[in-house]
Amino acid sequence: MSGWRRASAKIAFGAWVVAAGCGKGGESGGAEGGAAAAATAFPVDTTTAATITGRIAFTGTKPAMQRIDMSEEATCAQKHPDGAFTESVVVNDDGTLRNVFIYVKSGLPANLTFPVPSAPVEIDQDGCVYLPHVFGIQVGQTLSIRNSDGLLHNIKAVPTTNRPFNISQPMNMTTARTFASSEIMVPLQCNVHSWMSAFVGVLPHPYFSVSGADGAFRIGRLPPGTYEIEAWHERLGPQTQTVTVGASETKDVAFTFRGS
Amino acid sequence: MRSRRALAGAAAGLAAGLALLAAAAAPRHQQPATQADDEGRRVYDKWCAGCHGEDGRGDGPGAGPVLPKPRDFTRALYQVRTTATGEIPTDADIRHVVDEGMPGTSMPAWKTTLSGGEREAVVRYLKSFSSAFATAPTALRFGRNPGGGRAAVDSGGALYRRIECWKCHGEAGRGDGRSAPTLKDDFGNPIRATDLTQNWTFNGGASVEDIYRVLRTGLDGTPMPSFSDLIEGNIITDDDLWRVATYVRSLSPEEPPRVRDVVSAARIEGSLPAGPDDSAWARADGYYFPLVGQVIVKPRWFAPTVSGVWVQALHNGQALALRVTWHDPSQSPDTSWNVWRGRITRSMTSDDSVPADTTSPLPDRLAVQFPARVPRGMERPYFLMGSAEQPVYLWQWESEPRAAAEGLARGVGQFEPLAGAADTLASAAVYDHGEWRVQLVRALATADSANQLQFVPGRAIPMAIFAWDGSNGETGTRMSVGSWVAIYLGEPARAGTYLWPLLAMLSTGGLGLVVIVRAQRSAGSSKQPSDTADSEAV
Repeated sequence: MSGWRRASAKIAFGAWVVAAGCGKGGESGGAEGGAAAAATAFPVDTTTAATITGRIAFTGTKPAMQRIDMSEEATCAQKHPDGAFTESVVVNDDGTLRNVFIYVKSGLPANLTFPVPSAPVEIDQDGCVYLPHVFGIQVGQTLSIRNSDGLLHNIKAVPTTNRPFNISQPMNMTTARTFASSEIMVPLQCNVHSWMSAFVGVLPHPYFSVSGADGAFRIGRLPPGTYEIEAWHERLGPQTQTVTVGASETKDVAFTFRGS
Repeated sequence: MRSRRALAGAAAGLAAGLALLAAAAAPRHQQPATQADDEGRRVYDKWCAGCHGEDGRGDGPGAGPVLPKPRDFTRALYQVRTTATGEIPTDADIRHVVDEGMPGTSMPAWKTTLSGGEREAVVRYLKSFSSAFATAPTALRFGRNPGGGRAAVDSGGALYRRIECWKCHGEAGRGDGRSAPTLKDDFGNPIRATDLTQNWTFNGGASVEDIYRVLRTGLDGTPMPSFSDLIEGNIITDDDLWRVATYVRSLSPEEPPRVRDVVSAARIEGSLPAGPDDSAWARADGYYFPLVGQVIVKPRWFAPTVSGVWVQALHNGQALALRVTWHDPSQSPDTSWNVWRGRITRSMTSDDSVPADTTSPLPDRLAVQFPARVPRGMERPYFLMGSAEQPVYLWQWESEPRAAAEGLARGVGQFEPLAGAADTLASAAVYDHGEWRVQLVRALATADSANQLQFVPGRAIPMAIFAWDGSNGETGTRMSVGSWVAIYLGEPARAGTYLWPLLAMLSTGGLGLVVIVRAQRSAGSSKQPSDTADSEAV
C-alpha cells in the first residue's frame, strides 16, 4: 500500500491565482487545466488528439434538497442568505445532473506516463461547505486546502487505498497534501460540521471532468483509441460506457442517471 | 497509582474476561502472514485474536459488545503514535500501547501478562497484517515543554478557546461541545469527545507530554485532528501547543480520584445546604465511585455514559443531605442527540434481542439504593436492586420531569414508588456544562418505617448508585451500575469526645517529662568521670 506524502505546509499566494483560474467554469477537467505548468512533456500528440464530451441527464423524481441547519455557525449562515442545502443530489434547472465525476477508467496505452501538474488543486472551506464538492486530482499533485471561514474546521480524508489525514484548521489558513495512489473516490469530511462532505477522484492521468451547472463534461487531449468511461455519482452509483475516438475526433457521450 | 489501577481494572476487567473467553474458542490463524514469526502468531492467537480477530480485522468474537471497537490491523490506522497524521506508527509506538494498554477502552496493559520477548514478537506480527509497514515511518520531532506554571495554564486556556477545542470538548472540557453528538470514527461507530477533566481515561496517556503528542499527531481513525500544520505554517508556535496541553492537563486533578468504601456524612449544626450549589458543599469531603455497564441482566449494556460519580453527604441530626455529581454530556431528553442514539444502537450488537427504541424521549436518571433497613451483620440485599425476598429502599431522580421519588425495589426494573404524601424525599438539581449536580434530602427518621429506611448515626449503612443517560439510549437495564459501598453518619460530638483524649495526652506528656528529667539527672552524675577521663586523655 502506498502512503500519503506530505507536501509543503503553505502554498505561495501565486499558486492560488493559478488554481483559481483553472477552477473557473462548470467543466473543469484535469486534461484542460495544469497542462501549461507541466514540467515534463505531455506524452500525447495534441495535433491528432481526440475529445470526449457529453451531458449528464437526470430522469425520475427530482429529490428535494435538504436544508442544512447552520444556526450553530452564524459566520457561515450569513454566507448563505438563501439557505444552504446538502449537495448529495443536485439536479440543475435544465434537468441535468451536477457533481458527476467522469473519467477514463481504462484503455490508455500502458506505456504513457503523464506529468504531474505543478499547479495545485484547491479545495476551499467557505461558508461551512466544501468548494468544490466533487473534483479530481492527479497522483502526486498538490491538494491545497484552504479555510476561508476563520473558524474551526478539521479536514479529514477517509480513503481505503491511500493513507488518511486529519488536519485541524482553526483559522484562516492553507495547508497542502498529496495522494500517492489512484483512488475513486476519497471522501473528505469535517467532524466539527457533520454536514460537510466532498469527494476527490485520484488518477494517474489527467483524463477526468466533473459535470457542472449545465451537466456538461469534457475530456480532451486523448490519444485516439477505445476507452472505458465511468461516470461516478455519490448517491446514484457509477455507470460505464465504452467509447472509441479517432484522430482529432470529438465524440459526444450521453449518460442518464435515474432518481428514485 | 493504586487507585488508577483499580479504575482501569474496573473498566477493563470485563473486556479482558471476554477476550479470554473468546480466545479459548478462537481458531488458529489460517493464512501465514509474510515475515511473521511463530512466536508472534502464537501470542496473538492466544491473547489478541479474541477481540482483534484471527485475521487482524478487529472482528473477533469479543468485538461486538465493546466500544470503542478493537483496532483493525489490516488498515494500519493507529491512534497513539509519534508520527504525523496518516503515517504508520513506529515499532516503539505499537509496543507502548501493547505494554500500557489504552485507558478508557477495553484494551488492557500486557506488560505484566506477557514477557518482553512475547510483546516484541506480537508487535512484529501486528505489522504483518498491512503492507503499509513496507516503508519505515518517521517520528515527529517534539519540542520541550517550556513550563511556565499558572501563566502557561492561563495562556493555554486562551488558546483552547481560540483554536476552538470547545466545539467538541465543551467549554469546561467535559466532552459536551455542540459537535459531540455527531462524532463518529472512520468505521461509522459513534465516538465520544473525550472528557478532558478525567485524564485517567485518556487513551493516549494522562501526562502533559502525552496530551501534547496527541495534539501534534491527532488520533487517526477518530475525529481528533493533528495541529502540526499550525506550527509548520507559523500560525501558532510549538510553545503555544505545549501551553494548550498544559491547560488541558490542568482540567484534571493531580492524581486520579481514590476509590474508598465509606462515605462519611459529617454532622453539622444548623440547616443543611439549600441546594446543590450551596457553598457548604465546597467544604464537604467528596468520594468517587466508578460505575460500569450493567452486563448481568438482559438486555445488557456495554457502552454506558456515566463512568463514575462523586458523592458528598452531610446531616444535622434531623435530616441527611446527599449531593451526587457526575458527568454526562447531554441534558436528556435532547433531540440533538438523536443521531448519537441511532448510531450507538446500530453499533452495539449486545441488544440481546430486545429492540432498542431510538426515538422516544428518555430522561437522565440517578438511583441511590439502600437496604430496606439497617442490616445487623454483613448481609445485604442483592446489589442489583434487591430481590422479591429482600427488597431495597431506593431514591430515584429523573431529569424530565425533574423530580425524585422514593420507594422499594424487588429486582431490577421492579421499582414501586411510595404513594403521594408518604414520599418525603426532596430534590434539587443543576445541569452545568456536561455535569449534573443533584441534591437529595430526607429526614433521618420517618413515620413509615415499614417502607422507608430509618437512618441512624454511628452505623455503616450500605449504599449503591446507578445512573442512566437517556441520550445514550439508556433505560431499564441499559444502565451504569456500582457495587455496594457504605455511608456513615457521624455522631454528635459529646463533651467527653474532646476532654478525655486531652487529659490522656496531658498525663502521658507529664509522665514522660518526669522520666526524661530523671534520666538526665542520673546521666549527668554518671557522666562526670568520663568527662574527666576525656580531658585527661587530651
